[in-house]
Amino acid sequence: MKLKSRHLLGLEEMSAEEIGLILETAESFKEILERPIKKVPALRGLTVANLFFEPSTRTRFSFELAEKRLSADTVSFSTASSSVKKGETLMDTVKNIEAMKIDQVVIRHSAPGAPHFLAANIGASVINAGDGAHEHPTQALLDLFTLRQKYGRLDGLRVVIVGDIAHSRVARSDIWGLKTMGASVAVCAPKTLLPLDVSQMGVDVFIDLDPAIEGADVINVLRLQRERQSQGLLPSPREYHRRYGVTLERLAGAKKGLTIMHPGPINRGLEITPEVADGPYSVILDQVLNGVAVRMAVLFLLSGGEGGIREEAEVRGEAGIQ
Amino acid sequence: MSQILDAKGIERAIARIAHEIIERNKGADDLVIVGIRARGDYLAARVAEVIESIEKVSIPVGVIDITLYRDDLQVVLEQPVVHKTEIPFDIEDKEVILVDDVLNTGRTARAALDQLMDFGRPRSVQLAVLVDRGHRELPIRADYVGKNVPTAKGQRVVAHVQEVDGVDEVVVEKDLPRRRS
Repeated sequence: MKLKSRHLLGLEEMSAEEIGLILETAESFKEILERPIKKVPALRGLTVANLFFEPSTRTRFSFELAEKRLSADTVSFSTASSSVKKGETLMDTVKNIEAMKIDQVVIRHSAPGAPHFLAANIGASVINAGDGAHEHPTQALLDLFTLRQKYGRLDGLRVVIVGDIAHSRVARSDIWGLKTMGASVAVCAPKTLLPLDVSQMGVDVFIDLDPAIEGADVINVLRLQRERQSQGLLPSPREYHRRYGVTLERLAGAKKGLTIMHPGPINRGLEITPEVADGPYSVILDQVLNGVAVRMAVLFLLSGGEGGIREEAEVRGEAGIQ
Repeated sequence: MSQILDAKGIERAIARIAHEIIERNKGADDLVIVGIRARGDYLAARVAEVIESIEKVSIPVGVIDITLYRDDLQVVLEQPVVHKTEIPFDIEDKEVILVDDVLNTGRTARAALDQLMDFGRPRSVQLAVLVDRGHRELPIRADYVGKNVPTAKGQRVVAHVQEVDGVDEVVVEKDLPRRRS
């Protein structure tokens, strides 16, 4: 069993077997994080570039940590400190990185499809760390991993995703990943924050929160992206909190053993109250720890020998591809 | 394919190795046993069982998966499946007995040693193997050997254990593709 692609661009095109392999491998990597020396030599000699064209703390930190735990050499940049500010195109940035013999590239970009563009144009293996409102596959994988650790399975789980579905790459990746693994998914949001094609995604749609919570095993609360609310899609944050904020009172009628997830960063008191985020239902900090294990698994599975990045790079080198 | 050890032979070899371990370490104090996946872990448990029945003490048994410490990760065709390492005890200042099924190039033992050192500083590490077939590529030797078997390079020596394979035996095979384990 191996991954079909040497890139991780999204979960939409991944099979249940491939996702299963990543989750299985992550189990083994999680054990490493409990050791006194939290480092293994698996990626020794490989170089990973982290290209963050959009701000990120958690994801970038998590990737860098995963790379270091695997003994890869890492270089990172964020737009604030790079020549993107000076007007360099993505293609030029990429060519330069390639010239420096990078083996794996982790990229976050505001443009959907940027990682795909990269994958088509360089020899390195590409990992999508979030592209616009399209996909954020490693976040979804860590959500799946966290749920699988808690329930021992994913099929049959009822997961409700609450929040700005339209602008959320996490929601998209989660929906595809969860459905592939046999969970049933519902989304809950005001109509203005639902994508037009939502009915085609094979999910139940709720406009009101209370009926959505009923029967849910898991509630995944999305961050209300305030920076994307300037188009007047919401009357006010207060009204959003009143109708869609996940509060203890709202959870009174929820199933026993309910799980609360949040991809972070949290707007405390807006989409979720502190009592819920820090409460016994919450697995938010487990998600953060699991993120490192899952990213280690992805980096490891995408690296490798013949047919992997090394050989490809050599072939390309000989052909002198520009 | 020819059998070089049957179930009875394996049992005797393990009993003898257990006795030698006790003799060499003058008892079983500070002894811990770590088996190398994917067959050494079962053999480790059996060695521990014999020592426990003789010395009437309980011996901590761990499992080590050396995949991430392999020196051929960038060479193999596809990434091997990574299993868990489970050493749920402190190895600091302990006599560690590493157990594996077959000793060949010594590369697995090297990887296991490196990983073990990341868990602490044992007083000593001793290597016990069911079969030593020669062909070393590194300066590594076993302290306890069930059976020495001279083999040709093209041959493969495979240990089967009851728990996984349904039978206890060691066989020599000719030029078969590598077992994924």
